[in-house]
Amino acid sequence: MALDIRLKKVNKIYYEGELVSGVVVIQSKGDMQHQGVNLSMEGSVNLQLSAKSVGVFEAFYNSLKPIQLVSYAVELVKPGKLPSGKTEIPFEVPLKPKGHNKVLYETYHGVFVNIQYLLRAEVKRSLLNKDLTKQSEIILEYRDSKEKAVAKPVPFTITPDSLQNIKEKSQIPRFVVKGKLDSSVCCLSRPLTGELVVESSESPIRSIELQLVRVETCGCAEGYARDATEIQNIQIGEGDVCRGLTLPIYMIFPRLFTCPTLITSNFKVEFEVNVVIVLQNDHLITENFPLKLTRI
Amino acid sequence: MAAYQWVPRMRDYTSEKQQEACVRETTDYHPLKPMTVTVTESKAKKTGGKAETEFVDPLSSSLDGTDPLSMFAAEHVVTDPLSTAPKRDRAESGSKAKPGKKSSLDESFEPWSTKKANILSKYTTSERLSITTSFLSPSDREKVAVKTQVQTTMTDKVKNRLEQLDDFEEGSVKEMLNLSQQDYVNRIEELNQALISAWEQDQRVKALKIAIQCSKLLVDISVIQFYPSKFVLITDILDTFGNLVYERIRQKSAYFPPGSKVPQMLPEDFTPDQVPDSAKETCRNWFYKIASIRELIPRLYVETAILRCYSFLTSGEYSQALLRLSNMMRGIGDPLVAVYARTYLCRVGILVAPEVHDHVAINLYDFLATYKQLQSDSVQNILAVQQLEMAQYLHLYTPALDWILQCVAHRASEDTMTEVLEHCKKQCNSALLLNSIMSAFKPDYIASRALKFVDTIRDCEEAGFPKHELYASLGANMVLADPPEEQRLQTLNEVWKVVMKLKNPANYIACAEVWIEYPCKHFTKREVNTILGDIIKHMVPDRAFEDFYPQLQSIVTKVLSHMHDFAVLFSMDKFLPFIDMFQKESVKVEVCKTVMETFTSGARPGALYTAGYKKRVQQDTTSDPVIMNALMFICKTMHDSVNALTLEDEKRAISNLICGFIRRISFGRDFEQQLSFYVEARATFSNLEPVLIELVQRVNQLSMETHKVVKGNHSRKTAAFVRACAAYSFITIPSINNIFSQLNLYLVSGQVALVNGALTQGDAFLKAAIGLLPEVPRTIQVDGKVRSTEPLLAEYINNFVSNLLVVPDNPDQGVLYLIRGLLNVLQNYTWEDNSDAKVRSYLSVTCLLSAMSQENYLYHVNKVDSNDRLYGSDPKFLNEVQQIANTLITEILEQLKHLQQQEALRRQSALALEFFTKMVVHGDVGPGKMGSLAVNLWNLAQKHGYGDTKVMVRTLEHLKKRGTQQDGKEYAELAAKLPLQSRT
Repeated sequence: MALDIRLKKVNKIYYEGELVSGVVVIQSKGDMQHQGVNLSMEGSVNLQLSAKSVGVFEAFYNSLKPIQLVSYAVELVKPGKLPSGKTEIPFEVPLKPKGHNKVLYETYHGVFVNIQYLLRAEVKRSLLNKDLTKQSEIILEYRDSKEKAVAKPVPFTITPDSLQNIKEKSQIPRFVVKGKLDSSVCCLSRPLTGELVVESSESPIRSIELQLVRVETCGCAEGYARDATEIQNIQIGEGDVCRGLTLPIYMIFPRLFTCPTLITSNFKVEFEVNVVIVLQNDHLITENFPLKLTRI
Repeated sequence: MAAYQWVPRMRDYTSEKQQEACVRETTDYHPLKPMTVTVTESKAKKTGGKAETEFVDPLSSSLDGTDPLSMFAAEHVVTDPLSTAPKRDRAESGSKAKPGKKSSLDESFEPWSTKKANILSKYTTSERLSITTSFLSPSDREKVAVKTQVQTTMTDKVKNRLEQLDDFEEGSVKEMLNLSQQDYVNRIEELNQALISAWEQDQRVKALKIAIQCSKLLVDISVIQFYPSKFVLITDILDTFGNLVYERIRQKSAYFPPGSKVPQMLPEDFTPDQVPDSAKETCRNWFYKIASIRELIPRLYVETAILRCYSFLTSGEYSQALLRLSNMMRGIGDPLVAVYARTYLCRVGILVAPEVHDHVAINLYDFLATYKQLQSDSVQNILAVQQLEMAQYLHLYTPALDWILQCVAHRASEDTMTEVLEHCKKQCNSALLLNSIMSAFKPDYIASRALKFVDTIRDCEEAGFPKHELYASLGANMVLADPPEEQRLQTLNEVWKVVMKLKNPANYIACAEVWIEYPCKHFTKREVNTILGDIIKHMVPDRAFEDFYPQLQSIVTKVLSHMHDFAVLFSMDKFLPFIDMFQKESVKVEVCKTVMETFTSGARPGALYTAGYKKRVQQDTTSDPVIMNALMFICKTMHDSVNALTLEDEKRAISNLICGFIRRISFGRDFEQQLSFYVEARATFSNLEPVLIELVQRVNQLSMETHKVVKGNHSRKTAAFVRACAAYSFITIPSINNIFSQLNLYLVSGQVALVNGALTQGDAFLKAAIGLLPEVPRTIQVDGKVRSTEPLLAEYINNFVSNLLVVPDNPDQGVLYLIRGLLNVLQNYTWEDNSDAKVRSYLSVTCLLSAMSQENYLYHVNKVDSNDRLYGSDPKFLNEVQQIANTLITEILEQLKHLQQQEALRRQSALALEFFTKMVVHGDVGPGKMGSLAVNLWNLAQKHGYGDTKVMVRTLEHLKKRGTQQDGKEYAELAAKLPLQSRT
């Protein structure tokens, strides 16, 4: 006995207002009695408070109520009997927000904020048998957005003098790192690009990395909780890189874990990138760049 | 036993010949000619000049070169799929090689597979290595550990520690320390297997992780001298991985053509729009997955490995991707790691998109830009820790640079080289780079700027990479391509000025070995001689030559390959002293062999025979005393090296060479000097049997040459000379050990003596042969196997007997003296038990006796009166013959009777039949003569049912046919009396 949802679109990417179509496939060895086959579509934003900002106890109990974006349920088959073998039941569900004033956000998998759209098929059966369920996530992307990526180059120079948050300035080895990000407003489907030159460094370098960071903010009773966590870390320089040579900055934004920068009344999802230079003696030099991500 | 009488049949050979002659037809074309028209013509041209003096064998001339069998064989070689298939690299044939695109790489492009082997053999280490991976299962390790006792202690040392690198769920990441190189290679092979099996079990993520871990090994430069080999091993795995991914997506993109249920694979040269969305999605997922690999080097390697998959997504992606990856390579700090990563990129790049070139230049120039890093402190530290010399370190770059430059140079114009050269000069001007440039670009380009290169080499910074290697590389180019005329001498002078000053004999000889070919090619013997002299000067102090025999040998080979004229060769006063430098016996013999091979084969050693073009260098014989003496000396050296411990093959090779030498020496019409040369040769090469045999044959040939010159009419002087030749043979033959060689030589020499009218000598040879027969052992060893000599002996006796027909009786001895002698020997010879060889030889003698009874013998020797003339069919002589024949058939019948036992019946039958046929051919089977005996034999042959029915049927048919012919009455009658047992 197997239940499966097969979508017409292989990449499962849908836009608001589109029809989500596909088939529910039921495979059974013999005739099957059932109490109806249902299909539902749920879209919601799940917010979670981090232990850091509100304390363990509260984080556990005080998770915020999910914000529902889409909710549909439809009975595909009335209670009855399914023939043995493979049964395919086609369906179509419009991907539309629940209320008229609501908007659908892009799919996003984060730590404290999760935006998900799920299709759920269910075969209800008599008391003696367990119900069969199958869940399948679809991905929502903006077709268009108000904000478009425009090139906003961000040149930077990192020197010991430019650093903040250090204890003893005199102990820092001398170095000059220059570079630029091609833009601080980035389109998700295109990589983050730029360049970086280590013009000089007294101490040998061990690694140069790009750290992609999400900054999630959840509004809550006591104000809000803002947490920055790493999404991915991409090394662009390994070892003591050649001085004066232009290293390319290149990072592809991971799917699902990134979405266009999102600011709503209840929560915010923002992104930043850190250029991290690790020296041989484990000194860490970080330069932070806020990013604005867009779909187009 | 009633004595049967042998009655010889009287024959008229002339009429028989006429009767049996085929009807001839005139023809105007050679049956084999049509397919060889052109060749025969060219051949005719070649030989045309010497046509008067040389005898052209019509068979060989029409067949030579293009006989249909060898033509077929040649064709076969070309198209043999088995022989061509293995040449392809495993990885390349799998996926990287797109047939269509590969063809755009021409032969001048040295494929990676050949480089691979070189690298693996060159960069080895005895240091201990370590490997960090989570994919070698403990069971695998135990398996290895069981194999050798030593390793159990090693596994104790395997340290387990958790790596905080990535959270691989497959157990902990382990570091294995203290692996020997072989172990390391085995481990990597295990990883390869693990990757393949993971893939087959649909664990694609695991496969990817293995690939990532493998490429991570390339970050480690702890045992730096092994790095190039490590690179080769690991990129092999990555290639496998790339293939798997590519094939997988390709399979996924099989589509159903409209109206068909059979999925169809994508064509070889598909376009992205043919690829279904699902396959594209899979492909994209791979790239996303790889783009999120944290570490730079694994990310670059793995993306490069699956670079080919871009063809599923968009067309024209290659050039962009290659450029991007090339740029990202800049992030690799360690210059060695970087240059190899670039190599891999170029290697994949040239396979998937040979038409894209931009990235290659970028890689090269980026390397140039980072060249200063090689002198940086961090590199110095590494070298200090690993106790490595700068020169050794720089050598690690060579394969990578060679490859990158080869990619740059591939189909590049001269301008590209100038540009690259300018860049090099400007940015680092290092010897290392210059060396790679010289090996990468077309020799033509380099040769045409010979002087410029010499200058550049002089000016460049050595920086650890020895300059003498540069000169060697330059030399290699100069040899392959000719520098412009006006630069030749100056180049040589400039280079040699430097080379001469090289103190270290190893460096010196490395250069000299390459450069010796240059003067050989472009200058006269004077320059070659000077250089040889210079080499001697450098090699003699401290007996330095002892360490460089291979190089010196190669110098000799190179000189020989260019200096075809031995007269010129030996007129160089430094050549023989050069040969004298080889003081180790075995090497010396090797060198002598090389010289002789060149001399005898006439072909350039080491050079391939190009089809249809055989360069005959020393084809003509020589009598130049300088050459002769020098070669005699060389041959003597080879000859003297033979001792009891010498291998058979070695002996054979040396003998062949000496024989070849002997054959090449000719004094033309001066036969006496020729003979005295053979005498000298015999004295010098007495230990080698094949040489002695050759000498005897040569001397016999000399006799025949004389015979030809005097047209058979010997003067007193020539007759004496021919006798001297016979004497030479006569005393040489006994010193040969191989008894059959002796026998054959006796026979041949006897024939030659007979032809030349030296009857006494001829007699003596034959007598000696007969005297030698009892000494023939029953078995001899041939190729290490014991063989019975009987077939050989029987054959020899037949040959010998037929020869006896023409030998006239010696008046000093009795009638048929030789035949009697032979029969005595045959009788007393200890024949093998259970063999009829003796009887068979008797049968042969019987046939001879029949032939002897004729009035005119079947054949004669010119100007020699055989017994038919001598006795003129004297009844007394015939009687003698008759008597011997009678004795013989009595003996034969006796033997037939002996073969009564059950197990011998088959032999009896065969023998009887043979006797019967001989009798029918040579005897008179008329009634009252041998007719009844013949019928008896016939019956005996099939008495016990062992008769060979087929043969008997055919024999009978033959008889019947003879019966119908003229005076075939007795045959018809005989045939009528012969019953044929039918075997149903």
